[in-house]
Amino acid sequence: MTDGWELVVGLEVHVELSTASKMFCGCATDFGAPPNTRVCPVCTGQPGALPVANAAAVESAARLGLALNCAIAPTCWFHRKNYFYPDLAKNYQISQYDIPLCSDGWLDLDTDGDPSRIGIERVHMEEDTGKMEHRGGGGRLHGAEQSLIDYNRCGIPLLECVSRPDIRSPEQAGAFVRELQGIVRTLGISDAKMEEGSLRCDVNVSVRRVAADGTSEPYGTRCEIKNLNSTRSLVRAVAYEAERQIHVLESAGQIVQETRHWDEERGLTELLRRKEAVTDYRYFPDPDLVEVVSSAAWVEQLHASLPELPATARGRLVEAGVDGAQAATIVSYGLLAWYDEAVAGDADPRTTANWLTGEVVAQLNERGAEPADTAVTGHHIGELVRLVDDETLSHKLGREVLDAVFETGAAPTRIVEERGIQQISDEAALDALVERIIADNPDTAATIREGNTKAIGALVGQVMRETRGRANPQLVNQLLADRILGG
Amino acid sequence: MELIARSAAELARLMAIGEVSAREVVDAHLARIAEVDGDPTGPGPRDIHAFLHVTADAARAHAADIDARRARGEALGDLAGVPLALKDVFVTRGVPTTCGSRILEGWRPPYDATVVERLRAADVVVVGKTNMDEFAMGSSTENSGYGPSRNPWDLDRVPGGSSGGSSAAVAALQAPLALGTDTGGSIRQPAAVTGTVGLKPTYGVVSRYGLIAFASSLDQAGPMARTVEDAALLHQVIAGHDPRDSTSIPEPAPDVVAPLRDSIRGMRVGVVRELGGEGYEPGVAASFRDALATLESLGTDVVECSLPHAPLALPAYYLIAPSEASSNLARYDGVRYGLRVDAPTTEEMNAATRAHGFGAEVKRRIMIGTYALSAGYFDAYYLQAGKVRTLVLRDFQAAFDEVDVLVSPTSPNVAFPIAEKVDDPLAMYLNDIATVPANLAGIPAISVPSGLDDAGLPVGLQIMAPALREDVALRVAWAFEQASGFDPMPRGANAVAVPGEVAA
Repeated sequence: MTDGWELVVGLEVHVELSTASKMFCGCATDFGAPPNTRVCPVCTGQPGALPVANAAAVESAARLGLALNCAIAPTCWFHRKNYFYPDLAKNYQISQYDIPLCSDGWLDLDTDGDPSRIGIERVHMEEDTGKMEHRGGGGRLHGAEQSLIDYNRCGIPLLECVSRPDIRSPEQAGAFVRELQGIVRTLGISDAKMEEGSLRCDVNVSVRRVAADGTSEPYGTRCEIKNLNSTRSLVRAVAYEAERQIHVLESAGQIVQETRHWDEERGLTELLRRKEAVTDYRYFPDPDLVEVVSSAAWVEQLHASLPELPATARGRLVEAGVDGAQAATIVSYGLLAWYDEAVAGDADPRTTANWLTGEVVAQLNERGAEPADTAVTGHHIGELVRLVDDETLSHKLGREVLDAVFETGAAPTRIVEERGIQQISDEAALDALVERIIADNPDTAATIREGNTKAIGALVGQVMRETRGRANPQLVNQLLADRILGG
Repeated sequence: MELIARSAAELARLMAIGEVSAREVVDAHLARIAEVDGDPTGPGPRDIHAFLHVTADAARAHAADIDARRARGEALGDLAGVPLALKDVFVTRGVPTTCGSRILEGWRPPYDATVVERLRAADVVVVGKTNMDEFAMGSSTENSGYGPSRNPWDLDRVPGGSSGGSSAAVAALQAPLALGTDTGGSIRQPAAVTGTVGLKPTYGVVSRYGLIAFASSLDQAGPMARTVEDAALLHQVIAGHDPRDSTSIPEPAPDVVAPLRDSIRGMRVGVVRELGGEGYEPGVAASFRDALATLESLGTDVVECSLPHAPLALPAYYLIAPSEASSNLARYDGVRYGLRVDAPTTEEMNAATRAHGFGAEVKRRIMIGTYALSAGYFDAYYLQAGKVRTLVLRDFQAAFDEVDVLVSPTSPNVAFPIAEKVDDPLAMYLNDIATVPANLAGIPAISVPSGLDDAGLPVGLQIMAPALREDVALRVAWAFEQASGFDPMPRGANAVAVPGEVAA
């Protein structure tokens, strides 16, 4: 950030809920179905069709609100947001307006050991729109020869989560989205995949001068950047936009309120449309829907049934001796269940954390898999950690076994047994081999006796080769030293 | 007596004892439709033009199926085989549904309205879709995109609206039963001016799923018939909770047929001071006075009652209904169904389609509603109208602490000549002055014929009851009907010919 300037960022994050049916009808919500095969009179806005609110979606919304420390409105309504949009068959969107289901919460972040609290203005419910594909005319509606629409996404329940303008850096913006993603996944209310659009974010960016006396200047004019589809893009876009605005202001220019688009390839934001006039959506309570009533008992019950949230889980891991960064990785990669199962089976917390954040993450990345997509269990991880800890396996062999576990889903002990790859830690079994290697390499042995102890490594390597990596390297090292240097 | 002159209850009984078949009953009504309705694609000079689409083949097949099932001894509904005329506001799978608008011309819906499913489950035979004011906006059926319907009592006059096609079909003996919808009086006012019976049930008692929306918070489907008993029987078929309509009342509908003949002696009848004064035609006022005397003769206690905010109901209604309509009608944009007028860009296509497809009244209300909902005016209009609505509801609750039912004339005037009020929307809106308060409050109200004015045109009596007390409204209406001895057969120099009348 350029000196003398402060960045002010607010986020609007849309989360597509993974309910079995849509927000206002019984249509299925599965991703990737052939176009217009998950539609009915309600979600295609046929004359006469009526919406009925999905109780499971309302519950998911309330759970996210509670996880974000929000107040749950005892009574709220669905409103109609009226506009002519080609991707909404009714030409209005059912959304919430004056009273959202959840409001006034917060989300705690811990970016690089710098804790901060970001206010949550509201979380409200609405329905998603259809997807359009324009052919010809450069892919835009205007000038297109054909515009195709897939209504499968129309009516999928969507939560809009609006932060207060409390974010002060691009990294913090990225951390906010990642943390929210983690919460949403922990709650199990959405898969929150940015690449599939089940988590989408818009960001409002403005800058202001830092006053000499430390007081706050008024907020500057903001620009909105739409449809960022990865946290990496978000962080880059915010950083670029902040510098752009500072440059404009320092060149005595003015920031115009507008909507901008992030061009990932060129690494810059560009004008999408000016906000010259505010659109009048003619909001009014949807007369087809009854009010949503949240009883105190229901809210209490939801609150009590919330799972352990990422921040709490990280705290617990650190308490157990796990490094802070590793704890964050375990939670954000969705490895907490594996960790807990492994540790419950007497695996050491710190070693387990090392394995999870090192080899396990590497395996997942290599396979492009989520933990849930694999046949691996926390029990497997625990077994593996114990096999390495009791020196049945070397770290290297452990890695091989882990790969086999990912490949076959079989238990580590079974893999070790079947493949006969357990580490050789039996002194008697290694003795003869060590003797022979020394006899085969008299020169090296002589060098070592002359004081070049590093040369032992070469002999260790030979023993490892002969045992196809199964010999316990520490033990081999010690045996060689004893035999050559006497002991 | 000709089959078509019989009530639904009588027809059902005759079919049950094997006196006639459903096929004969349906054929008789289809013949009557062919005789007096004219070409459904456009009104002939002296045709009733109650129908926009006659489903003759489907009706005959349905009737034949009912006869076959009866022959096999299967249990059938109480109204099995009885023909019914369905207002074109109800969505029917595969059958053209226009809502009286050119903008939906050619649309064949992919699903059935809940009430249509219920009619079928009860073995009621739909003979066709009836004409209506476009999107149910109007009081004369002159706003139909397909030409007006005519009043069977005087072919130069309107049959009321917006359910004018349904009221005309019932009055002209084209069907003993019809379904209408009532947003501000669109079942009761046409019933009143055609000498028929029309019930607007409690809001939420009959499902709105598949009913093309005009004003969602006010629209209510209900029965139209020539007798109170028939209206009760039909109400019984269509009422009840529907999980597809979230405003549907989640309780089983109470029986309204069994208690129909219970005495009303000792009931307290409230005469609404604010509904029935200035602006009411002398013939209407006279008939209303007679009706009160009849009610007293039945042993009821007739007292004066006040709904202080009733005079504000009409202006509030004419803000709320257009506001909701402006949003409900946004989906007719030429993209997915019905009419499309081509133009170079999407926006121009939308505009041209709407300009061409919507009639003047619909455009007027879209404009009023758009204005009333706009950011700068929402508080002053929509919100304020909502407050009036609450006050009207409280007025009714207070009144029903004192009385069992409230009564008023249904409409301030009898059927007026076609074209008389076409260019005067405010005069047209005044037709709803007595009916609108019940819509704002969501309470049940029925119109039952109270007699004829000096010119021989029907006048209606409106009976309003507390929410969910359709049974009370129907009981009072039935007792009144028996006492008044009204004959629903159209007569007069300019009336449609009633079979048997010539012979008599």
